[in-house]
Amino acid sequence: MSRAEIRITGFGGQGVVLSGHIVGHAYAVNAGHHATMIQSFGPEARGSACSTMLSISEEEVLYPYIRRPDIFVVMSSEGYEKYCDELKDDGTLIYEKDLVEPQPKKGQKAFGVPSTRIAESLGRTIVQNIVMVGFFTGVTGIVSREDMRKAVEASVPSGTEELNLKAFDAGWDYYQTEYGEGGDSKDEEPQEKAEEEGKEDR
Amino acid sequence: MSNVKQKVRAEEAEHPIAPYLRMDRIPHIWCPTCGIGTVVKCYATALEEAEVDLDKTAIISGIGCTGRVAGYMKLDAFHTTHGRAIPFGTGLKLGRPELNVTVFSGDGDLVGIGGNHFIHAARRNIDLLVILVNNFIYAMTGGQNAPTTPLVARSSTMPFGNYEAPFNIPNLAKCCGATYVARWTCLHIRRVTKAFREALGKKGFRVIEVITPCATLYSRLNKLGTGLDLMKFYHDEADICHGADTRDVEIDFQSRIVCGKFVDEEKPTFSERREEHYRNKLGDDFVGMPSEGGWLHE
Amino acid sequence: MKTDPAGVLTGTHYFDGDWACGEGAMAAGCRFVAGYPITPSTEVVERISGRFPTMGGTFIQMEDELGSMAAVVGAAWTGTKCMTVTSGPGFSLMMENIGLGAMMETPCVVVNVQRGGPSTGLPTMTGQADIMQARWGSHGDYELISLSPQSPQEAFDLVIEAFNLSELYRVPVMFMMDECVGHMTEKVIIPPAEEIEIVQRKLSDKSPEEYLPYDFEGKEIPEIIRAGDGYRFHTTGLTHDKRGYPVMSAECQEFNVRHLVDKIRQNADDIVRYDEEQIDGADVVVIAYGITARVTRMAIDMAREKGVKVGFMRLIVVWPFPEKRIRELAGNVKGFVVPEINYGQVVLEVERCAAGKSTTVGVPHGGGGVHDPEVILEAIMGAAQ
Repeated sequence: MSRAEIRITGFGGQGVVLSGHIVGHAYAVNAGHHATMIQSFGPEARGSACSTMLSISEEEVLYPYIRRPDIFVVMSSEGYEKYCDELKDDGTLIYEKDLVEPQPKKGQKAFGVPSTRIAESLGRTIVQNIVMVGFFTGVTGIVSREDMRKAVEASVPSGTEELNLKAFDAGWDYYQTEYGEGGDSKDEEPQEKAEEEGKEDR
Repeated sequence: MSNVKQKVRAEEAEHPIAPYLRMDRIPHIWCPTCGIGTVVKCYATALEEAEVDLDKTAIISGIGCTGRVAGYMKLDAFHTTHGRAIPFGTGLKLGRPELNVTVFSGDGDLVGIGGNHFIHAARRNIDLLVILVNNFIYAMTGGQNAPTTPLVARSSTMPFGNYEAPFNIPNLAKCCGATYVARWTCLHIRRVTKAFREALGKKGFRVIEVITPCATLYSRLNKLGTGLDLMKFYHDEADICHGADTRDVEIDFQSRIVCGKFVDEEKPTFSERREEHYRNKLGDDFVGMPSEGGWLHE
Repeated sequence: MKTDPAGVLTGTHYFDGDWACGEGAMAAGCRFVAGYPITPSTEVVERISGRFPTMGGTFIQMEDELGSMAAVVGAAWTGTKCMTVTSGPGFSLMMENIGLGAMMETPCVVVNVQRGGPSTGLPTMTGQADIMQARWGSHGDYELISLSPQSPQEAFDLVIEAFNLSELYRVPVMFMMDECVGHMTEKVIIPPAEEIEIVQRKLSDKSPEEYLPYDFEGKEIPEIIRAGDGYRFHTTGLTHDKRGYPVMSAECQEFNVRHLVDKIRQNADDIVRYDEEQIDGADVVVIAYGITARVTRMAIDMAREKGVKVGFMRLIVVWPFPEKRIRELAGNVKGFVVPEINYGQVVLEVERCAAGKSTTVGVPHGGGGVHDPEVILEAIMGAAQ
C-alpha cells in the first residue's frame, strides 16, 4: 500500500484517540510499517466531536495530515456530519450503526456495526471503541488480526486486557458474521439487518 | 571548624570572620551604618558555632543590597536573578540533597518580585534557610516603595507616604507552612546569631526576618536620623515576645517591633514527604535521588 | 561514553513526540526536571513524572516558569543533568533565567513545544514563531544552540544531542519542537543503552586553590565544577571576571560577553547540523526545519515531477545558523525558498546570507496548521523562473 489515510471520529469519551493509537501501533510497530497519527486536542477532546487522523504507508510518512481519507470510521452523527464530505469517492465508511445514519455516495463502501450495543452486552460500554477496532480490522484487513490484537493488549490499561480482547473479538466476529465468508454466525436482529443490507454494498 | 578559628587567632590582624568571607572582595558596597554587614557577621558566626560543613553549604542571593551577600561569602555562592533565589536554591537542594542551602536576600527580592516562589516553597516545605533582611525599601535602586514599607512611610515612589498595606512577613511565612519563623533587628546580634545557629540545625523552610536600618534612603526620606538613631529606636521599640501570634506582629511606621521566635515545628520536608510517599506507592521500585546528586559517574 | 541504562526504555514504541522527548531526556541522563503545565508540552513532564521515581530522578512542578527555569539553572550546578519543558507563554517567562544560564555558562536543556502566538494564541495548535525568540529572547548579547526535530523519533534522538551540546559548550540548549511533532504519534525506536553515546559532565580536576570558574582562552570552554565539592566558588549574573567576581567595566564586559558569543560562533562549524538532498545542480533550494521540513518534501516531490531542479536543506541545528553553507550556495542557485510557520523569521537569515546573490522567497504561515504543499510548490515554481 503506498499510502492510505484514515479518519476516526466520535464524541469525547468514546475512546477515539485510543482506537487510532491501536491501529497505528499495530500497523507501525507490529506489522513493521509506518503510521503517523495526529490527534485532536482542546475542548473537543473533552466532549463534542473528537477526531484522530492516521496516515499509513509502507514507506516513511512525510505529510502528516490527511486530505481525502480512504477510510472513515465514525461513531457519532455529529462527527459524520462534520467530516463525511472529505471521504474519497471510492472510500470505505465504517460506522456505529445505532448512532449514525450514513448516506454514502455511489462508489463508497459502507459497513455498520452496533458497537455500543455489543459493548453493553459484554458488560462495559467503555469498550465500544475496541469493538469498533475489531470490526475495522475485519473490514480493512490492513493488518492481521493477531497484530491488531497485540496492539490492543499493549495499549489498554493493565488489568483490562481480557475484557478488551473479548470486545475486539466480538467486533471481529460481527464483521465475519455479517459481511465475511464463513465467520461464526451470531444472533442479530433480522429486520434491522435487512434494512442495513439495503444500504450497503460490498 | 575549630582549627580555622585557631588559625585566625594566631594571625591576630585578621577579622574573626575573615575565613568565611571573600576578603579579596572587601571592602563591600554597603553604606556606612547599613545593617546588612551586621547580619552577615551573625551568619558567619552561626556557621562557625553550628559547625556546619562549609564545603557542603551553598548560599544564594537574588538582587538588591542584600542580594550582594552571596558574593562576599566564602561558600559555593550564587548571585542570581531578581526574586529567583528561592527557586534557584530549590534546584540546588533537590539536585544534590546533601547540600545545606541558605537563601540570603532582601524583602523586595523575596516577597516582592519573588513572592510567588516564597509562598510555594513554604507550602512545599522545601529545605531552605531563608534569611530575609528587611529594610522597608528598595534600597539598591534608590528608595522605591517595597511590599514591606509601613503605612504612611515615605519612599521615592510614594513621595506623599505609602498607602499600600505591607506584608507581615512572619505571618505570611507561618500561614504558608514555614517550619521556623523568627524576627529580630540587627541590634540583637546575639539573638540573631542564635536564631541562625538554631535554624541551621533544623530542616524545612525556615524564615528569619532581620530588620535593618537603611540610613541612606529609608531613614533620610522619613527624616529618622542616622543609622545610629535607628538602632536606638530598635533598642527602645523592639519587644521580645517569643511564641507571639504572628497575626499580631505587623509593623507600623515607627512603632513597636515585635521580635522573637514565633514558629518552631517539625514537619516532613518536600523531599522527605516525596520519598515516603513513593516508598508507600512503589515499594522497592522507588529509587531516590542520590544525596550527592543525579547520575554522574563514569 | 555510554549512557546510564536506568533511563533507557529500549524497544520499538508508538509514542507521540512529547513522550519521545521525555524518553530521550531520561536516556541522556537527565535526572532533574522542573516545569509548569502548559499545552502542548505537558505530556513531556507527565511522562517523566511517571518514570523518574524508579530511576533516581526528581521532577518538581514549580509555581511558574520563572521558577522552573531558575530551579533548572540551580540544579545544573549540582552536576545533575536537568531540563525544563514549556510552550510559548512559558518560554517568554523563562527568558530571564535562560539569560542567567547563558551568563553563568550553565549546561541545561529547555524544551519549547511551540504553539501559535503571540500571547495565549493557539494553545493546542502548531506554530514555529518562537524560533527567533530562541535566538534573541533574553536581553543582552549571548549565543545559544537550538535544535528542531521533525518527528517523534527525532524528538528522542535529538534531545540526547541537545544534552550533549549543552555539556560540550556549557549553554542552555533550546529544543524547539512544535505542537505538530509533539502531538504526532509514530514509531519510535529506542536503542539499547550501550548504543547511546552521551557527553557526561567533565568536572575540573584542578584543586580549589588553582581553580577559576571562568578561565579560558579564546573559544575554549571553561572547566566546570559543582556545588558541594569544596571549591567555594562564586558565580553571578553580573558581568564577571575569570574568578566569577562582578567587575563593572567595559573591559570586563568584553572579556565576559565576547566569550559567550565566541564560544558558539567560533565553534559553529562543529555545532551546525543539517541534511541536504540533491543540492548539486539545483536551481532552487528549499530550506525548512521541524514539521515544515516534512511538508516541504512533499512539495519538492511535486516540483521535481514538473521537471524543476530542486534541492532541499533541512536545518537540524537552527542556531547557530549554517551561514557558511548558505553563502556558498548563494550565487549557484537561482533562489532559496523558506517555508516556516511564522510570518518570516529564518527567511531573514537566509536572505542575509544570500546577500543578493540569489533571490530569497519566504512562504509564511501564521500557525494553527501546516502549509498546503501546493503553496510551497507555487513558491518553488516562482523561484525557478
